[in-house]
Amino acid sequence: MAVNTLTIDGKEIAIEAGKTILDAAKEAGVPIPTLCHMEGVHDVGACRLCIVEAEGTPKLLPACVTAATEGMVIHTQTEKLQNYRRMTVELIFAEGNHVCSICVANGNCELQDVAVDVGMDHSRFSYRFPDRGCDLSHSQFGIDHNRCIMCTRCVRVCDEVEGAHVWDVGSRGPDCFIVAGLDQPWGEVDACTSCGKCVDACPTGAIFHKGETTGEKEGDRGKMAFLTTAREKQEWTR
Amino acid sequence: MDLTELRAVAQKEKDRQRPTRIHCCTSTGCRAASATEVYNNLKAAVKAQECGDRLEVVSVGCMGFCGQGPLVQVDPDNHLYGQVKPQEAESIVTATLGEGRTEAEQLDPEQPFFAYQTPVVRKHSGKVNPESIEEYIAVGGYESLYKVVHDMTPAEVVAEVSNSGLRGRGGGGYPTGLKWATVAKMPEGQKYIICNGDEGDPGAFMDRSVLESDPHLVLEGMAIAGYAVGADHGYVYVRAEYPLAISRLQKAIKQAKRYGLMGSQIFDSPFDFKVDIRIGAGAFVCGEETALIQSIEGARGNPVPRPPYPAQKGLYDCPTLINNVESFANIAHIIGEGAEAYASIGTENSKGTKIFALTGNIRNNGLIEVPMGITLRTIVEEMGGGVPDGEVKAVQTGGPSGGCIPKDLLDTPVDYDSLKAVGSMMGSGGMVVMDQNTNMVEIAHFYMEFCREETCGKCVPCRTGTVQLHSLLTKLLKGQATATDLEQLKQLSYMVQETSLCGLGMSAPNPVLSTLRYFPEEYTSLLVQPAYLNGHAAEPAITATAKG
Ligand SMILES: Cc1cc2nc3c(=O)[nH]c(=O)nc-3n(C[C@H](O)[C@H](O)[C@H](O)COP(=O)(O)O)c2cc1C
Ligand code: SF4
Ligand code: SF4
Ligand code: SF4
Ligand code: FES
Ligand code: FES
Repeated sequence: MAVNTLTIDGKEIAIEAGKTILDAAKEAGVPIPTLCHMEGVHDVGACRLCIVEAEGTPKLLPACVTAATEGMVIHTQTEKLQNYRRMTVELIFAEGNHVCSICVANGNCELQDVAVDVGMDHSRFSYRFPDRGCDLSHSQFGIDHNRCIMCTRCVRVCDEVEGAHVWDVGSRGPDCFIVAGLDQPWGEVDACTSCGKCVDACPTGAIFHKGETTGEKEGDRGKMAFLTTAREKQEWTR
Repeated sequence: MDLTELRAVAQKEKDRQRPTRIHCCTSTGCRAASATEVYNNLKAAVKAQECGDRLEVVSVGCMGFCGQGPLVQVDPDNHLYGQVKPQEAESIVTATLGEGRTEAEQLDPEQPFFAYQTPVVRKHSGKVNPESIEEYIAVGGYESLYKVVHDMTPAEVVAEVSNSGLRGRGGGGYPTGLKWATVAKMPEGQKYIICNGDEGDPGAFMDRSVLESDPHLVLEGMAIAGYAVGADHGYVYVRAEYPLAISRLQKAIKQAKRYGLMGSQIFDSPFDFKVDIRIGAGAFVCGEETALIQSIEGARGNPVPRPPYPAQKGLYDCPTLINNVESFANIAHIIGEGAEAYASIGTENSKGTKIFALTGNIRNNGLIEVPMGITLRTIVEEMGGGVPDGEVKAVQTGGPSGGCIPKDLLDTPVDYDSLKAVGSMMGSGGMVVMDQNTNMVEIAHFYMEFCREETCGKCVPCRTGTVQLHSLLTKLLKGQATATDLEQLKQLSYMVQETSLCGLGMSAPNPVLSTLRYFPEEYTSLLVQPAYLNGHAAEPAITATAKG
């Protein structure tokens, strides 16, 4: 097994060739904030929160999709990175309607956690207060597009783990939204098996179980990684 | 088909051609100004005057002087007529026969607009009928393809392209030879060639013109590339807004197949190469190479993180060579004339020529092909004839990804590195001249609006950052922005530039940053004091006062 050694925030770490900087950081115990990354599905590099600096490279590198190579010297908490991450989170908050106090995911939301991590208390950008609507047509679940951060974890989990491909991204740019089936109400999409994986995968309160009230949603995020590696590891329970 | 047969086709075509040729541009620019009627009337006049044995009317591609369309040019006399009206066609034929005068406006074919040009890619543009492969063969077409297939190894072709110093004309300026070498070095197996004809920059029409005027030149370049890197299948990706380019390409592919210049066993060699056309729906982001590949595969045109680069893992996960239309259009010339001859044009680090679409507040609008290293001043003041009733304020290059170069820097030579050094970029070839009445904040606002609409929406900084940048610029223009807003505009610009996933986001703030760099007073003069000061003491940091 080929191994690469690198340094992350001063910690030396040896890691299997082909692994990403994010994998290496996890192994070294260095936390890097992420939102679109989820174990069990492929990475897309969309949220840009996991950016890090590598000595000798002028570009900022997204840790989740950049291979860890021999001799890299990585910094994850420079002033610039902290500043940019905070701006990223502010941009996300300003884009949707994130009123945590009345949200199903309050206290259990990855976006909220990241906001705390990067020290964001308010957004310096003007709030856009979109009116993107809610789809409550599914018998068990609902989606509130106003809380969606377009991480596409639901899209990937439904396609790659459940194999149903109910979700996709519709439209472009600021009008982007998560679309069910052929732009149908979720409840009318026959392909949906009601497995609930997208509910667990969603980092925010955008997709939820119907009937949940403030702070009641608890996504089971480790489930995807467990499901996708169960056969390989011969571990059928957890 | 072998070389003798190819040359026989050329000879037969030369014998067919009449000694006098009236070239009538029927490309998109002139078509919009009733060139089709001019062409039909010219044809009818030749028929009526029964002079078809001496004289022929030829539908040709763009002559470059599109602002003066419809254009008619006569060989061998080299008479050039501009803004030809359909009713003037008859007298042009009469005048060409030396039997009368014409009212049609004569233009000077030696004027600076033409004189400073070095046609390489556009050598046959406006001279040959783009719908006739025989005309292309008659001017030496497909000889370069023959040469590589029979006399050169793939490695030699790659070396020739490397030695020519050609850099990508799609905007990035990546060395073409290096890209070819990377794809060639990938293990044998299925590989693809893609020709990027998406051309989404507002105001740019260089690639459309090349495809419309000389489609075989692009196909020949792609086939040579296929031979060099070991690919047997190519795609041309053209936007749906270019119907004429698409139909001429389709015709060209059909003709090339008929002659055995495309398909299997080209020139009776083991080399196979076929080309398919893929039509894009006109999203700017689909010009980005990874998004374009997604789009050809039938998926949503979203960029994906690189590496892996398309050269390693591209279309259907196979090694893929993707180049711009103009890049491919240089290849036949490089092979035909040799890398050294090509490299003698241009500067140390930027070889050859570049086509620009010269537009804006300028007398002569149109397409120009200039040698690298020419100064912006020569282009604007001499070729473009300067700004009508006024003075130039800035020149914008690189479209929504580029920047504005102020008039003090007009002596900047046009090459990849110099343009970058002054905060703009070569881009794909848009060049907009702005006069002293232009509001630079409005320009930045215009391009930001474009990027905001065109972002694919995949990554956060580009999707939401462009919206916030746009609204900050709107706030400025409305006279509602404070110094804090301006600072935020700057900081957010850097953030979007440094953290976005693809080139669209990385370059979207460029128009803001370059206008801020050269015209800061236009921004500060729009600032107002924050409301909490209530008209009292100004913060020391704020120097400018409210406007209007
Ligand atoms: C947003 C965006 C739009 C682009 N549009 C085009 C385009 O319309 N045509 C083009 O040739 N290249 C375009 N490019 C550059 C391509 O990604 C790619 O670099 C180019 O086609 C490579 O060809 P070249 O090396 O011959 O320039 C674009 C890049 C970005 C980031
Ligand atoms: S999704 Fe998260 S951040 Fe948004 S309102 Fe709910 S708890 Fe708050
Ligand atoms: S419940 Fe399962 S099948 Fe239905 S959309 Fe969610 S992940 Fe897909
Ligand atoms: S619904 Fe949830 S998982 Fe899907 S894109 Fe939006 S935030 Fe991500
Ligand atoms: S976690 Fe890496 S870009 Fe989102
Ligand atoms: S389109 Fe006719 S000269 Fe350019």
